[in-house]
Amino acid sequence: MTAGPAPAAATSADVAIDLRDAAFGYGERAVLSDANLTIRRGEIVAVVGPNGSGKSTLMKGILGLNERVAGTVTLFGVPSHELRDRARLGYVPQRHTLSASVRATAEEIVSTGRLPRIGWLGRLRGTDRQIVARSLEVVGLGDRAATEVSTLSGGQQRRVLIARALAGQPDVLIMDEPTAGVDAANQHVLADVLDRLVERDVTMVIVTHELGALERLLTRIVVVDAGRIRFDGTPHEYAAARDAVHHDHDSHHHDLELDSDRALLARGPLDATHTDGKRP
Amino acid sequence: MSDLLSVDFMQRALIAALLVGTVAPMVGIFLVQRRLSLIGDGMGHVALAGVALGLVTGSAPVLTALVAAVTAAVVIELLRTRGRTNGDVALAVIFYGGIAGGVVIISRSPEGTPANLMKYLFGSILTTQRGDLYVFAGLAVLIAVTTWALRPRLFAVANDEEYARAVGIPVLPLNIVLAVLTATTVVVAMRVVGLLLISALMIVPNAASQLIARSFSSGLHWAIAFGLVSSVGGVALSYPLNTPSGGTIVLLAVGLFVVTAVVTSITSRLGGRRHAVAETHPHEHGAECGHPAVTHGDHVDYLHDGHLHAAHEGHYDEHGAPGGPADTHAPDTTTATTASTRGTRP
Repeated sequence: MTAGPAPAAATSADVAIDLRDAAFGYGERAVLSDANLTIRRGEIVAVVGPNGSGKSTLMKGILGLNERVAGTVTLFGVPSHELRDRARLGYVPQRHTLSASVRATAEEIVSTGRLPRIGWLGRLRGTDRQIVARSLEVVGLGDRAATEVSTLSGGQQRRVLIARALAGQPDVLIMDEPTAGVDAANQHVLADVLDRLVERDVTMVIVTHELGALERLLTRIVVVDAGRIRFDGTPHEYAAARDAVHHDHDSHHHDLELDSDRALLARGPLDATHTDGKRP
Repeated sequence: MSDLLSVDFMQRALIAALLVGTVAPMVGIFLVQRRLSLIGDGMGHVALAGVALGLVTGSAPVLTALVAAVTAAVVIELLRTRGRTNGDVALAVIFYGGIAGGVVIISRSPEGTPANLMKYLFGSILTTQRGDLYVFAGLAVLIAVTTWALRPRLFAVANDEEYARAVGIPVLPLNIVLAVLTATTVVVAMRVVGLLLISALMIVPNAASQLIARSFSSGLHWAIAFGLVSSVGGVALSYPLNTPSGGTIVLLAVGLFVVTAVVTSITSRLGGRRHAVAETHPHEHGAECGHPAVTHGDHVDYLHDGHLHAAHEGHYDEHGAPGGPADTHAPDTTTATTASTRGTRP
């Protein structure tokens, strides 16, 4: 295992995301509160927890897509609302399909990810097109650039969204449930894609309801439940905390919450409806 | 036809048709993409109130309509972003208030004959004035240039608003720009198409083009082609037939849509019968599947146990053995390289 997270000591310039007592929600109502979280470059962090626990709210809060009710969010050393270059955070939203209201090719969709990097009246230049093509190759869709996206499978469409985020050359990639509702063949391809991203030293925050194939890539696991961060540590510490419940000692952690997390993670109560039958 | 062109008002009507046939589908594709196909209709309603005010006060109806429609566009977009539950109802109030106000005010104006009202609602080839034409040309160029310049960002916002916001694309300003472009298109089209039928020329050519397009840009090009054929054709036909130009244009556009739908469904059925689906296998062909990639016409096949597999929707098509009888467009087998060494897509 790599060195464990030490939020208190992380003051150097390699801090990408830093939350202090942050609460996020809609209007005045906080869905997630008291969030303290520091993510440094090079980390591969899984954010796990049952459905409705506040995982997506946490991600949207970091991205500035919902309202910050309390606390501070610092991105790359700058207060979130002062960060001009939002595209340093690459976002892969939780979508089961791409909008199919008009026809568009994979390349056209991925090109939108490049827009933050080009001028207002500019068009994609040769280098931009190369970056778009390379992004499609990284997700294994290099041969499908000209394919109309609605004819791609669900897992392939998910990878198009990953390529779109990569085209902006982000410093941190935030992915919301990249594996949910994806069939077995595509889950393997997706795991390979994540492997390749790890090789390229992309910092990743991955929201998921099951660790599965991801577990070996992770440097850290954050558990969210009922609107709070319940656990934050290395996979090793996570496993130890989990085992502690089983061995019925060392109960100064949130054992009960972890236990319930684990049960919910394994079952995935809501996700089960569209993923279960397809899992390997 | 030369007869047609020599008539003064026909020249003006045909030029106006050319302008509107080009810009209406350009703006319309983003409305279709945002699933706001009916919003142009409402803006036409509000523009009628502007026309009526122009007639009563003696100012140019085109300009008063422009002011009314653009104001409504901005208000509508702000309501749409702010209002969660009552936004839809607020839109209905604005739209019906606009058309009712327009009808009532026109009836009180000196030119307020029912025949005059019909021309504004359903279009007429007789009404385009020389002065209008300059205004229309200026506005049409403005719409075309703005739409072209902002096209990548308008596409990004319409495709995935949440993502656009996350990466810092100014979503609300772009949506307001699109609303203003829609309102301006309404005004450019008000003479030949009419305020009640304008929306059709923004939407129906796009509906037809989506049946044949394989990409956003080809969809846009086809929509402009359909828009031009229906607007210019409709104006030309309405003279000998003595019909309202707006209705004729829209019927032509709907006709094009129906023909396109029939032709595409027949060709896809024939194509569907012809193509052979390969055996299913659990893995997905790609750069790392281990099967050699072969350039085959406009796509890439994978050599799987001696025969070619081509990705098609959710499955693989059987494209036969390389150079074999089932192979219709003869892949260049000399370009075959193993997938693992293939750097870039062909």
